[in-house]
Amino acid sequence: MRPLERTNDFVVKFANVNGSGSASANGLFAKAILRMGVPVAARNIFPSNIQGMPTWYEVRVVEDGWRGRRGGVDLMVAMNPETWKADLAEVEPGGYLLHDATKPLAADRMRADVTAVGVPLTALCHEAFSDARQRQLFKNIVYLGSLASLLSIDPELVEAMLAEQYRGKAPLLEANRQAFRLGFDWTREHAGPIGLRVERRDRVGDRIFVDGNSAAALGAVYGGATVCAWYPITPSTSLAEAFMRYCRKFRVDKATGKHRYAIVQAEDELASIGMVVGAGWNGARAFTATSGPGISLMQEFIGLAYFAEIPAVLFDVQRGSPSTGMPTKTQQADVLSAAYASHGDTKHPLLFPEDPTEAFEMGAQAFDLADRLQTPVFVMLELDIGMQDWLTAPFRWDDSRALDRGKVMSAEELEAGRDFGRYLDVDGDGIACRTLPGTHPRRGAYFTRGTSKDRYARYTEEGPAYVDNMQRLLRKFETAKSLVPGPVIERAAQPTRAGIVWYGSTGAPMAESLAALEGQGIHLDRMRVRAFPFADAIPEFVAAHDRVFVVEQNRDAQLRALLVNECGIAPDKLIAVLHYDGNPLTARFITSEIGEKARALGIASRMPVEGRQKSAAD
Amino acid sequence: MTYLAKPKIHHPSLPVNALGFTRRDYEGPVSTLCAGCGHDSISAAIIQAFFDLAVPPHRVAKLSGIGCSSKTPTYFLGQSHGFNTVHGRMPSVLTGANLANRGLLYLGVSGDGDSASIGLGQFAHVMRRNVDMTYIVENNGVYGLTKGQFSATADKGSRSKRGAANDDEPIDLVMMALTLGASFVARGFSGDKEQLVPLIKAAVQHKGAALIDVVSPCVAFNNHSGSTKSYDYVREHNEAVNRLDYMPERAPIVTEQAPGETRDVVLHDGGLLRLKCLDPDYDPRNKVAAMAYLESHRARGIVVTGLLYVAEDASDLHDAQETVDAPLNQLSDAELVPGAAALEGVNASLR
Repeated sequence: MRPLERTNDFVVKFANVNGSGSASANGLFAKAILRMGVPVAARNIFPSNIQGMPTWYEVRVVEDGWRGRRGGVDLMVAMNPETWKADLAEVEPGGYLLHDATKPLAADRMRADVTAVGVPLTALCHEAFSDARQRQLFKNIVYLGSLASLLSIDPELVEAMLAEQYRGKAPLLEANRQAFRLGFDWTREHAGPIGLRVERRDRVGDRIFVDGNSAAALGAVYGGATVCAWYPITPSTSLAEAFMRYCRKFRVDKATGKHRYAIVQAEDELASIGMVVGAGWNGARAFTATSGPGISLMQEFIGLAYFAEIPAVLFDVQRGSPSTGMPTKTQQADVLSAAYASHGDTKHPLLFPEDPTEAFEMGAQAFDLADRLQTPVFVMLELDIGMQDWLTAPFRWDDSRALDRGKVMSAEELEAGRDFGRYLDVDGDGIACRTLPGTHPRRGAYFTRGTSKDRYARYTEEGPAYVDNMQRLLRKFETAKSLVPGPVIERAAQPTRAGIVWYGSTGAPMAESLAALEGQGIHLDRMRVRAFPFADAIPEFVAAHDRVFVVEQNRDAQLRALLVNECGIAPDKLIAVLHYDGNPLTARFITSEIGEKARALGIASRMPVEGRQKSAAD
Repeated sequence: MTYLAKPKIHHPSLPVNALGFTRRDYEGPVSTLCAGCGHDSISAAIIQAFFDLAVPPHRVAKLSGIGCSSKTPTYFLGQSHGFNTVHGRMPSVLTGANLANRGLLYLGVSGDGDSASIGLGQFAHVMRRNVDMTYIVENNGVYGLTKGQFSATADKGSRSKRGAANDDEPIDLVMMALTLGASFVARGFSGDKEQLVPLIKAAVQHKGAALIDVVSPCVAFNNHSGSTKSYDYVREHNEAVNRLDYMPERAPIVTEQAPGETRDVVLHDGGLLRLKCLDPDYDPRNKVAAMAYLESHRARGIVVTGLLYVAEDASDLHDAQETVDAPLNQLSDAELVPGAAALEGVNASLR
């Protein structure tokens, strides 16, 4: 077996023990490649644990710019003896494995078709550092040095990054630089470069490297959110924490040091959403960040907010469910529980960002929608978007954009005698005017309740008044169709009667998969759903095709169910393609699943398009 | 019936307060609670207190949970926005509302089921966060709307209307509030309006979490012999430790001096609480002593009423949050949105 020879197109996986300080070194590795102008797709694969459990970081070096996981590993950085066997098994034939060679490696612990690169990491650290913690931590930086040497990464570039990271902390910088050089020099002398190489390119452009939770939190700042109430839950915690960070940066009054925001870590999710509802009722833009179990706990309040028509934004960073499920694994399994959250007849707008760029945009837009529609709006993030760093388009903001506060009647309008009925539809869009507490001394006060009321907010148990109100809420939901982001539709290279639909992080490996499928003669028109309720273009797309694959990351084909239910689509038309083991989808999986199903259905054209290559970076 | 507003008749001879409002301006539609319900007396006391304080009615936000007590905000302060939330969760909604606009007065109305059973968690946390509010528990020891089940404040050994004994220890919300850091704690009795009105006025003016636990007999399900929350029982076993007057700073009221010691407590806004101490040993500024006093009286079956504790160094959740003086719901786009240039800086830091 010849060792692999690949430039700017390979997968490196770090097998670490969590709590060992590897995250920082691994992040530097990914960023160093980006600084060389070569795109990466990086994923953390981590346990629900703080210290001592296995954790992995996978970096796909991919000049073509594909965003998903490829599948397989070309270079394993095997730092965890406990997972050695499985890690070794995962390496592609001809691949490489970097290990700590302080102790000799038994022959039966290696594969003949994998090239082992042994670096005495522990020994080098023991020699260079005296402090026990430093010896442990700097092992990571030493292997970073080794990798730079093996993969031909510019060492000066890494040193410059260390200088940025430890600016103003001279002793730390010096120790890190020393550790890096230790690994780099030793490896250059004893091991030399391997068949995997990083070469400078200019394929990164102005893109940024950021996680979706930070992006969504920044979106909330730009969306004018002032109240955040939350309860810690993986994988959403870092969203609330990022909101704190960005508020400290952007929302502290310079003259007084006072805060233009309030953040409360509530006692549970019920209190979190209660505070959001209270703040929304009182005219502040408010949100909570949670995950599936939190959404379950919030059900009663979501129904109240729907029926009492109170703006609220919920960031649901979806994870493996049900119950406590797989808290550190990704899924798209809250679609139905969010769309129809609560008791009684309810439905709610959902936004499906595909990456951190959209997490920012939709994170801001959700507040306009919530105020305009006076209802809870869900931003459906996923662990794969929220907690992973993505190479993504930079954040943009148009300074001429004003926050849309929706229909709020002012003291002047009330004073002028404008008719105020809290649940009165004045212009046919199903949205009534609201007033905020404290607006006018004698006009516009009303009593908000979850029980039934008439158009002027007066308590009533009369059937027709209840039905009248519920029908108006349906009209409002109809209005929402034109306000939420519409689908992104793209035609296949050749006319086809088959289509494919996806949403959220499923898009990451999609472009690569579709290119591969095209190579196999399988042409699919494509539609990325960005929101619920479904814009008219969505059922129209389905109607224009004989068969439509719906790819999603849950067991029960939840978006497909929602499409069938809301658009009256015949179920056989929508073919579910499902991946829900908690790990991010790979292009290989989609290509093989759809390829198989398409051939069985006779969708593949007779003449495969040979050698057609498409790159996401083109 | 509740949607029938009372006729807005303003008789010229009706007394007006400092703002020119009549008592009528602080009322709501006719109550639909049972005739003789203690809760209606509390509503009347609330109306009186806000009228006396000359608070513009629209500057009050009234929030409640679910239950007979939580229905009452409909029946007072008809010019105020009200919010009948979900069972046991009013505290969180009030907290959020308070964060959104620190410029209004917040009145939370709850019951013993709403606060001590389903809502005990939120009750505890709203107290420990010291949210600036007046929190009135209309405490009758029983579930009225679902017809007579015990609540968690029912005394051990007390009997339901059907004769069943309550075997569980009661939850004393006053003691809980003291433990959890509420900075104003009082207990009243719906049958004693003279005592209750000044307590409400003082609580409204107090900065921080102010709890008034008002024993309020349920005439339908908990006013029989065997109940410890009946009018007769509470009248016999109620011991007031003090009576108070609330005096706003700029308008000192010369009150008729009762015999016995008086004690003044200055509020954060300069207002003055003048306590007529019926028990000279009781100092409501001493939390530890107050707790011992309450427990020893409870053991003897005595319901202690009055202003039980007040912290003079007042602060609230907004102080802890260090929020700006302007209400958060009134900040302009420019104060909230950092803009494109700042965003470019963020982008640059992520490359």
